[in-house]
Amino acid sequence: MADVAPVPVLEVDRLTVRFGRTVVLRDLSFGVAAGDALAIIGPNGSGKTVLFKALIGAVPYEGTIRWAPGTSIGYVPQKLDIERDLPVTGLDFLQAKAAVTGAPREDARRVLELVSLPGALARQRIGALSGGQFQRLLLAFALLGSPSVLLFDEPTAGVDEPGEETLYAMIRRVQEAAGLTLLLISHELNLVYRYATAVLCLGRQGGSCYGPPVDVLTPERLQEMYGTPLRFHNHQ
Amino acid sequence: MTILNAFVLPVAMAAAAGLVGCFAVMRRLSLASDALSHVALPGIAIALALGFNPVLGGLAALLMGTVLIWGLEYRTRLPTDAVIGVIFSAALAIGSMLTSGEELIDALFGGPSRVGVVESVLGIAAALLVIVFIWRARSRLVIALIARDLARTAGVDVARLDLLFLLAFAVTVALGLRYLGVLLMGSLVIIPGVTARHVASSLTTMLAIAVALAVSATLIGESVSPLLHVAAGPLTIVTAAAFFLVSLIVAPKLHGKLSVS
Repeated sequence: MADVAPVPVLEVDRLTVRFGRTVVLRDLSFGVAAGDALAIIGPNGSGKTVLFKALIGAVPYEGTIRWAPGTSIGYVPQKLDIERDLPVTGLDFLQAKAAVTGAPREDARRVLELVSLPGALARQRIGALSGGQFQRLLLAFALLGSPSVLLFDEPTAGVDEPGEETLYAMIRRVQEAAGLTLLLISHELNLVYRYATAVLCLGRQGGSCYGPPVDVLTPERLQEMYGTPLRFHNHQ
Repeated sequence: MTILNAFVLPVAMAAAAGLVGCFAVMRRLSLASDALSHVALPGIAIALALGFNPVLGGLAALLMGTVLIWGLEYRTRLPTDAVIGVIFSAALAIGSMLTSGEELIDALFGGPSRVGVVESVLGIAAALLVIVFIWRARSRLVIALIARDLARTAGVDVARLDLLFLLAFAVTVALGLRYLGVLLMGSLVIIPGVTARHVASSLTTMLAIAVALAVSATLIGESVSPLLHVAAGPLTIVTAAAFFLVSLIVAPKLHGKLSVS
């Protein structure tokens, strides 16, 4: 490659995560450069969310995870079971992060605008928000304080409000505007094919593959990974 | 001097209890934190047997119990309330073997006692410490309460925060041992928090309501008890419980209105 070597934001080397005797991730190695969009795909139970948890230091692991110095991470979890009647508003939640990270208080308004969540909704208890609105709030929380990397665990279909911009489109918009590095767990293979700069696939038995979408998203690879022939239309 | 004992100390203690209680309730530790207060009993018993200040004995037992509970939780990954359940039963059993009769009743329900100047001043200082800690840590506590992973990515040391919160709880319980005893102090922490959670629609409102209710219940308990010839401790808790009952009636009308954010 004659290109200028891209700046690595994240380097993962021989990462292994086990819970008791079950090995969830085995000898996983990959790197992410600044501005990249890495899609992580794989069937349920292949350890995609566990990989994110290892990357943020929430589960014990073997091997190395190296973030570039000064990297700040915004994390959007797939789903959160929160108690419906907590007297905490969306704004409380965002301002709490602003207070903890030292971001200016006005940042709460900025991120609410970024994710198109009206202020009136943000002043309600978080338990009163719909699934899609709550996902937007989580995205706003992740974007608060202008992180350099966004980890996005895509919720299963059905949380987007009809007629509104999908979460994925929103992420794309924000990523381009802010020059974010994006790590995305996705089930939408068409979107992955179109937007990801690299794909990491995880199989159920701890196997994995890594490369550009055009190499990874082949019918053979997908069948191997998911165990069944998968219909994947490349709309190009 | 009297004003310190009769007013400043109980108000500071109640304010600390109200604040700690809000987060205990939101973390689903209502019953567990009530139980945690019983861990003071063996410490009180040993202090009485050896003839030194029972509050110090209770505080020492609470702090040790807290560190033990926190350590076990992180080592075994059992939920906090499960670990507290085990430690508290053991502490209660040990404590009741070591105390007897009237001493035990006083330790459980609080009793009339003279509080020295040094104890008052230390008590007020400790209560202020708890109040300042909860107020400064409220943002970290809220994020960790909603999602520990999100707290981690915001740079919060979740394990350390857990320990500090449990220690603040332990200190708060120790503050109330003289007035309310082991059994009732847990209630002063929990009941105002539960009531505030039911009525408030934002975090600041909840904290303010819990503090106001805890302080009012304590002052009413103290000032009305001589008139009714009943002990101040139980009267304080009955008052707090009465506030809760009232909240059940008025809360549906207030929902969405009580917000200061």
